[in-house]
Amino acid sequence: MFAPAPFLLKDTSVSQVMTQVCIALVPGIAAYAWLVGPAILVQLVIASLAALIAETAMLHIQKKPLAMFLSDGSAIVTAWLIALTFPPLAPWWLVATGTVFAIVVAKHLYGGLGQNPFNPAMVAFAICIVSFPALMSQWPSVGLQLPLVDQLNVILGLAPRVDALSGATPLDAMKTALKLGEGSQDVAALLANQDIYGNFAGRGWEWVAFGYLIGGLWMWQRKLITWHVPLAFIASLVAISGALWLLNPAQFASPLFHLLSGGAMLGAFFIATDPVSGCTTPRGKLIFGAGAGLLAYIIRVFGGYPDGVAFAVLLMNLCAPVIDLLTQPKIFGMKDAGKGDRP
Amino acid sequence: MLMNLFKFKGGVKPPTNKTQSLGLPIAMAPMPSRLVVPLHQSIGGTPRPVVEAGDKVLKGQLIGEADGWISAAVHAPTSGTVVEVAMHVQPHPSGLDAMCVVIEPDGKDEWIVREPVDYKSLTPEQVRERLQQAGVVGLGGAVFPTHGKLTASKTVPMEEMVVNGAECEPFITCDDLLMRERAEEVVRGIGIFRDLLQPKKVLIGIEDNKPEAAAAMRAAVEAVGEDFEVIQVPTLYPAGGAKQLIRVLTGKEVPASKRSTDLGVQCFNVATAYTAWRAIAHGEPVVSRLVTITGNVHEPRNYEVLIGTPMDELLKLATPHPDTDGIVMGGPMMGFLVPQPDVPVVKATNCLIAHSDRLFPPKAPEMPCIRCGSCAQACPHELQPFEMYWFSRAKNFGKTQEYHIFDCIECGCCSFVCPSRIPLVQYFRFAKSEIWAREREKNAADQAKERFEFKQYREEREKAEKAEKLAKAAAAQAAKKAAEAAAAAAAGEVPAPAAEASSPAPVAAPSAADAEKAAKLATIQAAMERAKAQREAAQPKNTEHLTPEQQRAAEEIESRRATAGLVPPETPVNEKSE
Amino acid sequence: MDILLAIAIMALGAVVLGAALGFASIKFKVEGDPLIEKIEAILPQTQCGQCGYPGCKPYAEAIANGEEINKCPPGGTEGVQRLADLLGREVKPLDAEEKPKQVAIIDENTCIGCTLCIQACPVDAIIGAAKQMHVIIGQQCTGCELCLPPCPVECIHMEVIAENIDSWKWKYPVVEIKAAPIKEAA
Repeated sequence: MFAPAPFLLKDTSVSQVMTQVCIALVPGIAAYAWLVGPAILVQLVIASLAALIAETAMLHIQKKPLAMFLSDGSAIVTAWLIALTFPPLAPWWLVATGTVFAIVVAKHLYGGLGQNPFNPAMVAFAICIVSFPALMSQWPSVGLQLPLVDQLNVILGLAPRVDALSGATPLDAMKTALKLGEGSQDVAALLANQDIYGNFAGRGWEWVAFGYLIGGLWMWQRKLITWHVPLAFIASLVAISGALWLLNPAQFASPLFHLLSGGAMLGAFFIATDPVSGCTTPRGKLIFGAGAGLLAYIIRVFGGYPDGVAFAVLLMNLCAPVIDLLTQPKIFGMKDAGKGDRP
Repeated sequence: MLMNLFKFKGGVKPPTNKTQSLGLPIAMAPMPSRLVVPLHQSIGGTPRPVVEAGDKVLKGQLIGEADGWISAAVHAPTSGTVVEVAMHVQPHPSGLDAMCVVIEPDGKDEWIVREPVDYKSLTPEQVRERLQQAGVVGLGGAVFPTHGKLTASKTVPMEEMVVNGAECEPFITCDDLLMRERAEEVVRGIGIFRDLLQPKKVLIGIEDNKPEAAAAMRAAVEAVGEDFEVIQVPTLYPAGGAKQLIRVLTGKEVPASKRSTDLGVQCFNVATAYTAWRAIAHGEPVVSRLVTITGNVHEPRNYEVLIGTPMDELLKLATPHPDTDGIVMGGPMMGFLVPQPDVPVVKATNCLIAHSDRLFPPKAPEMPCIRCGSCAQACPHELQPFEMYWFSRAKNFGKTQEYHIFDCIECGCCSFVCPSRIPLVQYFRFAKSEIWAREREKNAADQAKERFEFKQYREEREKAEKAEKLAKAAAAQAAKKAAEAAAAAAAGEVPAPAAEASSPAPVAAPSAADAEKAAKLATIQAAMERAKAQREAAQPKNTEHLTPEQQRAAEEIESRRATAGLVPPETPVNEKSE
Repeated sequence: MDILLAIAIMALGAVVLGAALGFASIKFKVEGDPLIEKIEAILPQTQCGQCGYPGCKPYAEAIANGEEINKCPPGGTEGVQRLADLLGREVKPLDAEEKPKQVAIIDENTCIGCTLCIQACPVDAIIGAAKQMHVIIGQQCTGCELCLPPCPVECIHMEVIAENIDSWKWKYPVVEIKAAPIKEAA
């Protein structure tokens, strides 16, 4: 029995797609490891192992072909996104729990690959930040350069979680400072503290964001993603942060700060672009991206959590089916006559 | 050549694999041992056979007469003897049979009397009829009878006529070589179509990977003195789809719900134009066509092949490699594996590809859809294949129609790009044929319902009429009796009770009916006797002189039959045992 | 006072809403019973009576009144499925054997022209007159088999309608995901 036409097929597969997503994450990971320390690589390994074990178990229970689904790489992508969004020195069990929850509940209980309505990595983030708010908020200050052995000890729980570790992300620090200062603090003065915020010349999270940007552009060039979601995400984030910044530069940080901190870049290129849980029509993708960017800003600035990307994406995941339904593109021959787009 | 081209969305660029079969000029395929000519080779009515087994036929002689306007005649591809008119397996994905005329060639290849005409002396109707009689159909693959496309819309002026020489499917080169070697006749054929449709412009679209063909066509256009524009279009599958080529050359988009003439445009294949010219100017009906033989073979080449030639004989000309395990008819994107190797070449056969796993590696197993949207980006009709897939898979056919499944041209771009290796086109074909079948069933059910309701109405009416008649008759009788009674009373006799007067009235009619019924019963009885006698005649014979074992076996069977209630109980089982 | 006011407001609301509902029920009154029509649209209209009702419409009415949905053999399992979807009932296995679509054929040599089958045919698909050979219009025949029992000479038989190229359907693509060799688990 032969397969039907077409007999010629493009050389592509789900594992190729997922592998390329992983490759696209490499510049960001490299910057991360260079700036914050190689512990992130350990976290990536922990998350990957947890994901593969959970995936194997779930596939086995459902009697699905193991080799085929394990090699598709989707579990690894989820695992890496979890490792990259969790604090780099989070205890190993936290990363593992988040990953297992993502794979078992957010992915397989909804039907497995291609069926999950929510982005599994973001579900893991949301669950962990609600369950373990303290641990999920302990980010090392960028200036801190712990040797790998010390970092490992912290991750594995062999060393006490010293105070130096419990710094905060730039976003969190900014929010706390602004809240405590109650208007007396000025954003510009805060940003002068390079230990927390870094700047373009020194060491800071912005370089990691640049890494994600490069990887994202590469994915776009490889046609793994379209421009719609990232552009809409960034545009809406810039628009709202820019508007408030112009209105009151003393109380609101600049668009550049928002773009380069927290999970904005990772979210714009790697998380909001997840096709399974996101929108698929071109207009739908624009709405999805813009909505996610807007919600991320609102949650991270006015909400109680250090970053808003995860919740923003999850909220938009909820809306995705309706958005898709309402934004079905006009098909060939059904558009207004004479509206030919000449090259 | 300063023409603005348009773009269609989507499309893919599979490896073209065309050079292999372009090295050699067109060759005549040798006469096969036997020709199996299917009668149904075009869209529309199945032609009626006009020959019988034993008839001698000449090359080009009519063997199948067009049935209805959308139907095209079929002709004997060579001279010889009709061996049979019978069911044979078709080059069709179903692998089912259809009526074919089988001809044994006599080797003389003797033509009928050909009547070349100058079409300019004929009326458009006569030209169309000649094309129908000559069996000219769209040779691009759709095999729609060409004469049916040669009438302009009454309301929309014909603006452009598009001639399709794009040939976008990989491997296929028959149109390319036709344009290189027989460009003049192609151009003259286009001239016929132009004169019938009277478009303002004639645009010949050729993919830009065929510069030789384009040059030959340009030279021919100039030589014939026409004003056709030969336009090279970007190589992008499926630029050779009629709707895509119309879009590229004119900017018009023809939806599934409209005919292209409604938009003032019509499209023909170059090979169709060629056969139309041969049919009109040389009086030769369509009995052969160019076929690319390629794929897993030593010598890929284009052959001029008689319709009805068995594919396996044809493939041998190109010496297939030993690992060839099937024949693909058509291109690798839209073609299909023929059900058995000896099925005949038909008018739709533009290419035969020897299949092997080396050439077309087996597909990886199907993975779940990850909604990556590659298919939507590749779809030239801007559909959402992954949504249609979802609903086809769930057999939710109403939803597939909401997502415009009937605008799908089954080009295969979506399956080509799908990273999950989902046979998307296959799902769409499945959904479409299910929808058509349901449509047929629904129509049949509606018809049955209508007829049932009418029958009920008729029976009611008949009953009412009968009752009325009986009542009238009874009333008349009663009136008569009453009158008689009255007369008798008047005469001074004993008056009869009124009840008695009316009671004998209906007796006469039923007695007549009874007689009729009895006669009917008698005939039925007689017929039943006859039928019984017939059945008796078919009773088991050869029951004498049985060996005891055989008898015992027979008894056992009979007793089983008796317990199963298959034998009437009055037939004693052991009657024959002595 | 406040309590009285609250009660008054609630009562007023109830009156207004009740009036609106009453008005709507009159204004948008549905003529006939669309459910029966919908059920009937799913039934195959063979009028064969195999369900025990004298035709498809009576069975549709019975289903609307709670009769089982699995009594229509010509509708097949798919028909049961579609009825279940429409009515939100559970799918039940068909109450009889599912048969392929058939057509009745009259044996010309045996037919005596008794017209009994003509009277039995629910869709008038048999042509003939007394003492003349009868013939069945294949396209109109629903394959209900109602003409078989009345025939005194048993000259009618059913033939399964074979698939041809025009009625052939593409098959459901094979889904291979579940075909799991479990030994890979090691």
